[in-house]
Amino acid sequence: MSQQRKAVALISGGLDSMLAAKTILEQGVHVEGINFFTGFCVEGHTHAIRARDKAKPKRNNSLWVAEQLGINLHIIDVIEEYKDVLINPKHGYGANMNPCLDCKIFMVNKAKQWIAENGFDFIITGEVIGQRPMSQRKETMPIVARESGADDLLLRPLCAKNLPATLPEREGWVDREKLYGFSGRSRKPQMALAEQYGFSEYAQPAGGCCFLTDASYSAKLVDLWRARDNNRAYDLDDIMLLKVGRHIRPRPNFKMIVAREEGEGRFLQGYRKEFMMMSSASHNGPLVLIDGSPSDEDLQLAAAITARYGQGRDAEQVDIRITGKDGSARTIQVRPMPADQIPEAWFV
Amino acid sequence: MTRETLNARRLLCPLPVIRTQDKVKQLMPGDQLEVICTDPGVMQDIPAWCRINGHKVLETQADDGEYTIVLEVGG
Repeated sequence: MSQQRKAVALISGGLDSMLAAKTILEQGVHVEGINFFTGFCVEGHTHAIRARDKAKPKRNNSLWVAEQLGINLHIIDVIEEYKDVLINPKHGYGANMNPCLDCKIFMVNKAKQWIAENGFDFIITGEVIGQRPMSQRKETMPIVARESGADDLLLRPLCAKNLPATLPEREGWVDREKLYGFSGRSRKPQMALAEQYGFSEYAQPAGGCCFLTDASYSAKLVDLWRARDNNRAYDLDDIMLLKVGRHIRPRPNFKMIVAREEGEGRFLQGYRKEFMMMSSASHNGPLVLIDGSPSDEDLQLAAAITARYGQGRDAEQVDIRITGKDGSARTIQVRPMPADQIPEAWFV
Repeated sequence: MTRETLNARRLLCPLPVIRTQDKVKQLMPGDQLEVICTDPGVMQDIPAWCRINGHKVLETQADDGEYTIVLEVGG
C-alpha cells in the first residue's frame, strides 16, 4: 500500500486557497492548513473595535475555510519577522505599500521550514497565473518557488497545467490530469469549481486580505515613518492604531487620532498610559489621542480641533480636558476651529 | 488535570487564537484552559479553532466587555 502523502496549504481565507486545498484533498492527500498573521491581515479588527459594527458577524475566514474543508489549521504569528519584508522588499511595492511578491516568497519560505519540521511532503498555494498584477504573473511563479527555497515542492493546483510538473506530480503523489490550468483575472473558473465542490459561501475580499493594499492605510503608514525621521521601525500598536479613527497631522511634530464613534473611543482609551489624550469637558465629544511632542501652542491648536468634532462645535468656547500619560489632567478653554479652516492637507 | 488561565485582553483576533494555540501546545489532554479576552470575535474564533483541532469548549461567558472561554484540551 502506498504511503499517504502530506501537504500543507497556505490558507488566506479566500476562495482560491480554499479550492487549491480541496483539489488536493480530493486526491487522497492528507492536507493541513497554515495561515500567517503579519499584523496587516484584514481580520475584522475594525468590526471588533467599532460599536456600530457589533451586530455584524465577525469570523476569521481562514478558520472558517479550514472548518469547511475539515482540516487542521495552524495560525502562525510572524509579526516580528514580517517587518523586514515590509521595510526592505527586494522586489519593491505594488500600487500602495504592499510588498506582495516578497510577502509571497516569505510565506512560502516559512511553509517550507514548517514542512521540514513537521514531516510533511509538499506545499500548496491558491496562486493563479495572471490573477494579481504584482505577485501572480507567469514571470513571478518561478521566482517565488526559487527564492523561497521551496523549488518543486511548491504546487499550485489551480494553474499547475500551465507550469512545469512539480515533484508531487512527477512522483505520482498527485495526478496532474486532475489539476487545473486557470489563468487571468477572471473569477469565473474559480466560481464554477466552487459550485462543483458545493461551496456556496466564501469570502472574496477586494484587494486581497491585507491592509497594505489599501491606499488610505498605506498613506497613514508612510506618514508615521516620515514623522519619525524616516525610521521605519514599528510595533504592533503602531499598525493597529492606523486602523482606528480620523488621523489629522496639523504640524510635523504631532498627530491627532480622533475617535469616530464610541467603540473607537473605548479602544483608544486603552492607550491612555502611552499617549496624551484630549476630550471635551463642557460638551459631548470624541476622545482624541495625541501622538508626538506638541508644544503648548500646538496643544491649543489640537484642543480647537478637538472642540470642532464635539457637540460644542458651534459654541463660543469649549472646555477641553488634557490628560497626560501619568494621569495628570488640566482643562483649557478654546474656541472651536471651524471645519472649513482645517486644511485638507492635515488629514492623513 | 491542571487548569490554567490565559490573559488575552486587548488583543484583537487572531492573536487571542494564536496565544491559545501556543498555550494548548504546552498542556496535556484533559487539561483545561480559561482564556479571558476583550475582542468579541473570540466567541466565534476560539470555538471554531477548538472544533477544527479537536478540543472541547466547556463554557463561554460574556460579561461587561470581557469574554471568557474555558476549553478542555483534546487527545
